[in-house]
Amino acid sequence: MNDPKIQIKNLYKIFGKSPQKALKSVQSGMGKDALREATGHVLGVDNVSLDIAPQNIQVVMGLSGSGKSTLIRHINRLIEPTAGEILVDGKNVLAMDKDALRDLRRFKMSMVFQHFGLFPHRRVIENVTYGLIVQGMDEAEADKRARQWISRVGLEGYENNYPGQLSGGMRQRVGLARGLATDADILLMDEAFSALDPLIRYDMQSILIDLQKELHKTIVFITHDLDEALRLGDNIAILRDGHLVQQGSAQDIVLRPADDYIEDFIKDINRARVIKLGSIMQPLGRGKLPDSAPRLDADTILQDALMVVAQSNGNTVIVEEQGKPKGKITTRAVIEALHG
Amino acid sequence: MWDFFLEFPSIGRRDLSALRQGIDEGFRSFSRSYGEAIEIFFSPLLHFLVWFEKLLLATPWPLILIVLCGLAWVGSRSMKITVGTFFAFILIGYFDMWEETMATLAIISVATFVCIVIGIPLGILMSKSDRIQSVITPVLDIMQTIPSFVYLIPVVMLLGIGKVPGLIAVCIYAIPPIVRLTNLGIRLVDREVLEAAEAFGASPRQKLFDVQIPLALPNIFAGVNQTIMMALAMVVIASMIGVRGLGVPVLRAISNQYLALGLMNGLAIVALAIIFDRVSQSYGKRLQAHREGGEK
Repeated sequence: MNDPKIQIKNLYKIFGKSPQKALKSVQSGMGKDALREATGHVLGVDNVSLDIAPQNIQVVMGLSGSGKSTLIRHINRLIEPTAGEILVDGKNVLAMDKDALRDLRRFKMSMVFQHFGLFPHRRVIENVTYGLIVQGMDEAEADKRARQWISRVGLEGYENNYPGQLSGGMRQRVGLARGLATDADILLMDEAFSALDPLIRYDMQSILIDLQKELHKTIVFITHDLDEALRLGDNIAILRDGHLVQQGSAQDIVLRPADDYIEDFIKDINRARVIKLGSIMQPLGRGKLPDSAPRLDADTILQDALMVVAQSNGNTVIVEEQGKPKGKITTRAVIEALHG
Repeated sequence: MWDFFLEFPSIGRRDLSALRQGIDEGFRSFSRSYGEAIEIFFSPLLHFLVWFEKLLLATPWPLILIVLCGLAWVGSRSMKITVGTFFAFILIGYFDMWEETMATLAIISVATFVCIVIGIPLGILMSKSDRIQSVITPVLDIMQTIPSFVYLIPVVMLLGIGKVPGLIAVCIYAIPPIVRLTNLGIRLVDREVLEAAEAFGASPRQKLFDVQIPLALPNIFAGVNQTIMMALAMVVIASMIGVRGLGVPVLRAISNQYLALGLMNGLAIVALAIIFDRVSQSYGKRLQAHREGGEK
């Protein structure tokens, strides 16, 4: 296992007049609502610890007010924590002076915003070159790189438009191109697709998935949309009232919800499109495998497996990983998994 | 006993006049010892003003007319405003107000320049810190509400009668809007856009010049427009302390009840005001072209 790219350790953020005093109450067990009533302080992030693996998409999910946008802003220190530690590549972000922090933001990570955060007075091309110019790259080189990224996100021909002339989906492509152009290995995406309508959002997710196959960035993706979380996340962390309720793969969350809150969350999702055979297969046991039994890959989602399983007439289906049989699955197990 | 309630218990006439005299004496001795130094401090401004006025008067009038119409066109890109400017100045010249108008133009230009040079940095400073804002705002309030005649007194006591005290009076009166609107414009810049600049590692300086000022420009420009208008309004009052220009005949008309003279010069001021206003406003609007989709 690789070392985590980003480590968040016991992070607290309390908004208000004297956060340090409020911190003591929180650490001795006071909840978000109680704290607001007693002291007027707002608990943004409550003792969150999270290791984010390199080259993965880490989704942080929660409803509005759960502290997810506050959490992501700690990673590049747009917000100062009340207590806790943040390490990026093993270096303590909170110990950095202004210059080191600026370099971190210039070269190590970039950000994509919910409402795009584009510069309305700059053309598309000038928006995308922004991060490069701030890095100190000369303009011709920055321009060349920016044009590559603009065409990579499918906006060729719009280089000289102002953001105000583009649709929402196109604007966020500009935001994405701007974030990718700096070549930082960490990409922070704060509800990046939440302001888009569902079809465009799906498109943007596909673009991100395609890009990620090539680029292997460490992406921290904030969303309030469970379908989005399940589709994108290699690992998903769920926040509620500032604290971490559960983290794990999409399979973990759907098959083994930590509490009622999460169970409530996953009630309405389409389980057939999330659960993979690998997560529900049973050990093969001894004995020879029937040659005639159909075989499916462990990454197959239930939806795609249903026909095969149905045609097996109640017999076993063999689940393979990289071409080797790893487990088996029965009609009953599939139905149970679908039912939840 | 009732007297106490009927008459406000005041400081008493003798004490009061002693107090006033004390303050007056104090200020007089201050201006005696520092007046000259202050005058020397402002002398570059005086030279600039005199030079500019002379330049405007020495240049043949057709050339000035062409330059003015050209500026109106560059600023507004509107044929209507340009033609209006042309005829306004033709009428002003025809009714023999050319010299006064040039003098007024000179002091307005210099005053606006001074206000921009001082006002915009002050506004930026104000936008950076709530504490500075809370100190400067009441000062601006006082500058805007105090009757302008009142602050003519210390200015005249300090520097006597003439162009520089007039210019200072105009500037004091006209500077608040540009300071306020610069501050406001910068504070109104979208938080997420600022966050974006910060997230990409922009230094405070880069943030200010690449993001905050360009986005605040329409507001800053509205401030410049207001400043010009207020400077024009102050011209008549400033003529009381020796500023040449359209205010002088207006003042003479008031004391001698010359209706026609007052009206003509008053209308010339109005014409200047309208031209300045329309040109600077449409220029300000073009600055925010990107907001409505704008030209490519």
